[in-house]
Amino acid sequence: MSIGHTLLGLLESGPCHGYDLKRAFDEKFGHDRPLHYGQVYSTMSRLLKHGLVEVEGIEPGGGPERKRYAITEAGITDVQQWLATPEKPEPYLQSTLYTKVVLALLTRRNAADILDTQRAEHLRMMRILTDRKRKGDLADQLICDHALFHLEADLRWLELTAARLDKLAEVVVK
Amino acid sequence: MTPPPGSLLAAQELRKAYGPTVALDGAEFSIHPGEVVAVMGPSGSGKSTLLHCLAGIVPPDSGSITYNGRELATMSDAQRSALRRSEFGFVFQFGQLVPELTCVENVALPLRLNGTSRKEAERTALTWMERLEVDDLRKKRPGEVSGGQGQRVAVARALVTSPRMLFADEPTGALDSLNGERVMELLTDAARSTNAAVVLVTHEARVAAYSDREIVVRDGKSRDMERVV
Repeated sequence: MSIGHTLLGLLESGPCHGYDLKRAFDEKFGHDRPLHYGQVYSTMSRLLKHGLVEVEGIEPGGGPERKRYAITEAGITDVQQWLATPEKPEPYLQSTLYTKVVLALLTRRNAADILDTQRAEHLRMMRILTDRKRKGDLADQLICDHALFHLEADLRWLELTAARLDKLAEVVVK
Repeated sequence: MTPPPGSLLAAQELRKAYGPTVALDGAEFSIHPGEVVAVMGPSGSGKSTLLHCLAGIVPPDSGSITYNGRELATMSDAQRSALRRSEFGFVFQFGQLVPELTCVENVALPLRLNGTSRKEAERTALTWMERLEVDDLRKKRPGEVSGGQGQRVAVARALVTSPRMLFADEPTGALDSLNGERVMELLTDAARSTNAAVVLVTHEARVAAYSDREIVVRDGKSRDMERVV
């Protein structure tokens, strides 16, 4: 995820301090991975340098000065361009799991065991996500569904591979 | 053969063949009260045969099935039928509701068969329909409700006798993703609230994710995945 673009997009709804930006980011996107303050301030410095944000005001306080940031016209254009550019789909051609299965077959180990173990691990994660989905709001449901659909796709591949292991072994061990 | 301690239903060394086709080849299974166990595996792996044997619908060729300390094979047909009626509940993929009866009459049916009065049976049926969020369908017939609604009515019917075991064979197989998940949520919530054990046969990982653990059946052999990882 582009943290710069996300912070910029959050800033579009109105000027705010770095701390508030971090809070908004964590609340909406950072459930499992909250931002560090350092990340926020280094990102804002970069955006400032490129003219995508400006400092609207500085409030002196007991601690460090609090800068209030606002998005610039260039920043709004940048967000618009980022949103309009499709994300490159992941080709999923460098699968560690595929490598493990092939290596297991090559070395005459039990590849079915590897697939079963992985399936159990995937389902374990799916249970955690399903539980979070049940207890969460719509935003939680959507982000968990995204993960669940990907895990489900992996599991379908695991099933298919398990069903084709004998044939795969013939090809690999040739 | 001794069932695992604390298990409500346990099967050991189950074998079952239909003619030359081996459906179960030494399958094992156990479930505790309040537990939801998914039975997974590819088509034709023996999942449904395992469920039918566990529920006492189909006798295995060999092996043991113990329910609440009693060996199913030692029971008479009448005793097994009584057990299914009073302590087991069933949800299948299709065609389980009686089309001539209203939804509330369908849900009340197992209680009526056990001798409960009509009024009392329909009162209990309605509380289960409320839990499954289909109480507004009480007067409709199965043909007048959607697939998802019909399946919730079927779940209410399966739970109306407060069974200790619920057997669900692809309960969301005919539903779209959203409806299927809602049925699973309501089914597992309801079962957990009554401490019923659920055997859930499914080939869908998203459905299995509502279980506490899974066993995988492949070529008639079962594998308890909890012992794998």
